[in-house]
This record gives sequence, C-alpha cells and structure tokens, in this order.
Amino acid sequence: MGQVLLKSVRKSFGSAEVIPDLSLAIPDGSFTVLVGPSGCGKSTILRMIAGLEDVSSGTIKINDRDVTYREPSQRGIAMVFQSYALYPHMTVAENIGFGMILAKRPKAEINKRVGEAAAILRLEHLLDRKPKQLSGGQRQRVAIGRAITRDPQVFLFDEPLSNLDASLRGQMRVELAELHSKIGATMIYVTHDQVEAMTMADQIVVLNNGRIEQQGMPMELYIAPKTRFVAGFIGAPSMNFFEGSIASQHDCDALGVRPEHIGLRDDDGDLTGRIRHAEQLGSDTIIYVHHDDYGQITVRAEGNRVLDIGSTVHLTLPAEHLHRFRNGFRIQD
Amino acid sequence: MPAQRLAKLSLDYLLLAWIALVFVFPVVFMVMSSFKSDLQLLRDSASLRAFLPVGDLSFDNYAKAFQRAPIGLFILNSVFITAVTVCVSLLLASLAAFSFVFLQWVGRSVLMAAVLATFIVPFETIAVPLLLIVNNLPWIGLDGFKTSWLNSYQVQIVPFIADALTIFLFVQYFKDLPKELVEAARIDGATWFQVYRRVVMPLSGPVLATAAILKFLMMYNNQLLWPIMVVQEESYRPVMLGLQYFFQLNTAWGEIMAYLTIITVPVLAFYLVLQKAFIASIASTGIKG
Repeated sequence: MGQVLLKSVRKSFGSAEVIPDLSLAIPDGSFTVLVGPSGCGKSTILRMIAGLEDVSSGTIKINDRDVTYREPSQRGIAMVFQSYALYPHMTVAENIGFGMILAKRPKAEINKRVGEAAAILRLEHLLDRKPKQLSGGQRQRVAIGRAITRDPQVFLFDEPLSNLDASLRGQMRVELAELHSKIGATMIYVTHDQVEAMTMADQIVVLNNGRIEQQGMPMELYIAPKTRFVAGFIGAPSMNFFEGSIASQHDCDALGVRPEHIGLRDDDGDLTGRIRHAEQLGSDTIIYVHHDDYGQITVRAEGNRVLDIGSTVHLTLPAEHLHRFRNGFRIQD
Repeated sequence: MPAQRLAKLSLDYLLLAWIALVFVFPVVFMVMSSFKSDLQLLRDSASLRAFLPVGDLSFDNYAKAFQRAPIGLFILNSVFITAVTVCVSLLLASLAAFSFVFLQWVGRSVLMAAVLATFIVPFETIAVPLLLIVNNLPWIGLDGFKTSWLNSYQVQIVPFIADALTIFLFVQYFKDLPKELVEAARIDGATWFQVYRRVVMPLSGPVLATAAILKFLMMYNNQLLWPIMVVQEESYRPVMLGLQYFFQLNTAWGEIMAYLTIITVPVLAFYLVLQKAFIASIASTGIKG
C-alpha cells in the first residue's frame, strides 16, 4: 500500500548539490528512520517525498505511482512538522479536520473522523481549545491527529519530538510506536537523535553529505556498521576509535570499540590510562579515561561505580567486539 | 522605590509629557480657535490663551463653515474615495506580497526590487504623465460611456491603489510567518488562494491594521495636488480641496479652524478603532507591520 521508492534523485540549491544521487526503497508498513548529522540532507529528502521541495532530477514513487511532480495533497502523504505547524486561529477540532473542511466533506463525516482521531490520541476534551492553550505534548498530538484524518498511505515526521523535554520525548516515542502498530501505515521519520532512531525504527537509513552510508535494521547497524561514520554515529556514547600501532596490530587503519564493550581492570589490560572524569547515571557509569597515545577513551561500566579521579585503570578490548576499518570502510572478518 | 530611580522615572515622564504636548498643542489650538471669533483668535494667538477655552466662545464658525462649503458632500467624497482605495489596496497589496513571498516564479525578485524602487519616485514627477493617461482613458459607468476619467471618483482612486509601502509592509510580515503553516495547508489540500484566505490572512490582523491606517492617512490627508488637476466639478471634490472655499475674498480663520476640526473627526475615529492593533504591531516589530 505505502511503499516509497526514490530513484536516482538529485537535489541542488543553486550551485550547491545537497543530494548528489540517491536511490532508496522504503517498504510498505515499515517505520523507517532517516538519521544523520545536521545538513546531511535528511529533511530535504523528506520534503521531496512530501512534494514541498522539487527534485532536480530523478523519480519518486509512492505505492507504484509516480508522484515526482504531483502536488503535496495528491501524494497520499501526511506530514508532522518539528514546529507542529498548527493553525493558531483555529480550534483543535478545526486543525484536525482542516483537510476535510477544504475537501468539503459532509459535516457529520468530519465530526466522526475528528472524533476518531481525537479518541486515538486522547484529545477529546481539548477539541474546542486553540493551540496556544495546549502544552507541547498536546500540540504534537494534535499535529499527529491532523495527519491521521488524512488517512495517508505514508506518514512523514520531520524531527517531531525535538521541541519536547526529555521525559515527554520518551513518552511520545512510545505513543508513536504504538500508533504505528495500530494503524500499520508506512512511516518515515527524520531525526538527528540516534536514540530515537534505534528505539523506534524497524529500518534505519544513515545519511552523510546527501548519500546513504548504510541502510538496515537498528541492531544490524549497531553490530556491523559498514563504515566508520555509521559506527561513530550509531550508539551512545559514540564508539572509540584507535589508530596507529594498535590498529596496525589488527591489520587495519582504525580499530573501533564501543564504550560498553571495554572492560575495566585494576591489574592488567590492553591499554592503561588515567581517569579524567566519571558520570554516574544510576544504572551505568560513563568513565572518561585519558591515554597518552590515543587521547580520550570512553568506557561504559554497568552499575554505579565510585572511582577516584586521576587514578590509573587498565582497559581490555575483547576480540569479539572489535570493529576494523580501512579507508573508512569495515573490513569483513 | 529608591530616590534616584524615582527621580529618573519623573524625568522620563516629564520628557514624554513634553513631547506629547508638542504634538497635541496644534490640535488644541485648532479646536479652541474654532470656537472663537477672528478678532479674539488673532488677539489670543500671541499668548497661551490660544490653547485655552477662554473668552467669547460660540459655534458660529461651524454654522458659517457649513454655509460657505458643502462640507457633508466633501467628507462623504473623501471617506468614499479613501475607504474604497484602502480596501482594494489591502486586497491587492496582500495578494502581491503573498505571491512575492510564497510562490516560486521566474523574475519575482527583480519585480520585487522594481516595486520597492518606486518608493523613491515622488508623486509630483509622475503627476503630469498620469494626467495625460487618465485624460484619455475610457470608462463605462452607471452614467454611460465616457472618454475621459477627469471629474470622477475612479480618477482619485485607481492610481493610488497599488503602492510600494503597503506591499512592503505585507511582504515583511509574511516573511515572518512560519513557512510550515503554509506547507501544512498545502499538504492538507489547500489551493494557493485557500492558503491566502484561510491561513495567511486570518493571521495578518496587525499588518492589516497598520497598512489600513497608513493608507487611510495617506489618502485622506494628501488629496490636494491630484484632485486640483483632475477634478473641476464640485460633486467629486474631497475635503482638502474644500479648504479653497475659505481662502476666497476674505480669509476667515475661525471658519477654517472649524472646517479643519470637522474634517479631522473621521481620521481620529478611524485611528481610535484600529489604535490597539496599530500600536501592538508597531511596538512588537517596528516597521514590519
């Protein structure tokens, strides 16, 4: 129903080429997250799918229908914006039903559909309010409600949670995941937050400079990142990279180890360093160790560790968790 | 409140009161003088009595002013010309600005620059060519076909509908509206005109008030040079031309002041109606509207 295909899509703004040549298949019913650093082109891709940005060349198909030059409203999509983009002069009900009001649908049908969306999102008691009378989370739900009433084949989310505080963000992540499993439509979600990507997606597309670095399931990207960029981007805290002699010993030019895979020893280890700083998160402790040759090494230790700043520690790098890279690409074992 | 802060606050208020008085004094002078005879008016003008309701006050000047000129007709003409110009101007300027800001078309930035460049062209430089044009323009109205626009309402309205300042005000305001609102409406299935009518304009109250007041003042107060050139018949004259009636034979200053007081009423009324929105928009964004 809602498969999205991008074929050889290019996008330039004047002389600046933002998307050089991109082909991407987003399966029907999937929750696909486009993730990457600021300026990598992820929002541009989403806006091209939405029809808010013209492609310079290439084709976009939704459900096997070429929509490259179709109006946004004729693509079978709905979009939720970072700023929510609620119409300030309309009530919640009018915001949710605006598309149907424009389409001159019968009033009874509009009320029914608005009511259904409001029920899904627990907005029934807020229908007569204006957006300025709502909290951030409620506004976000109204924006999602507006998308639901369009009954789209594809939902597009452009960093929808970035204006919310941390606890609300966590709650909305769960609600969005539930919404996806409830309505089963294809969802394409743009974020720069790799935690959101890992927790919500069934497919992640990592972008860098307008190109796809890697596409796959979250754990696939975590366990076997194809490039050094993906390895550094996916996972928090970021993967540690060692160059020089230790990398040469493993026949690569960069050796990667995730902070949670590094072992801490008092007596002996592969590397020895000095503790600079430790962050106690309750469940984990993030330890920043300084090594004379490799600089800062981040270690994630389970539990609440009380450590002496400045003391010496030994680090072990388990062979089964080493990622080897040459020229930025993974060396397959 | 510390004494130093109190002193500073008092000084600020004194300064503001002084500035307010400077602006109010001419109006007070006009209103007070309109109730005085010419002799008393000239005698008082050398002292502060000119601003005070003292001496022999009466409505004689108002009665005489109404006898000397058809004031009702002039006010009606001015209000009609101004109201039509303001309404059509707000509609066209907002549509033009919408096109400049939200639509993508070749040459829009060049045309926008050209429109803004007309800012620097004084009306006096185009008055004569404009006169030649309107003199030869045909018109079909309720009274049949005419070969010229002279002596009509439209000659006082049409040339002033589009102006760079009003378009500029709308452009600046529209640029500050969140683009996502327009994009959301496009995704919701709104046509460009529906975006304009149902999303952008309902959010444009402040700029509408500002543009309306500025345009109203521009039209109502500046109807002098152009009407002199294009209107000879009394039935189409605006209030400013009516002033001529009071400078013929003997100049009656009291009647002039009464006339000016009367014709100021529509301006004050219009300003008071839109004052809140006007001040809000100026205070929040300066020139942007």
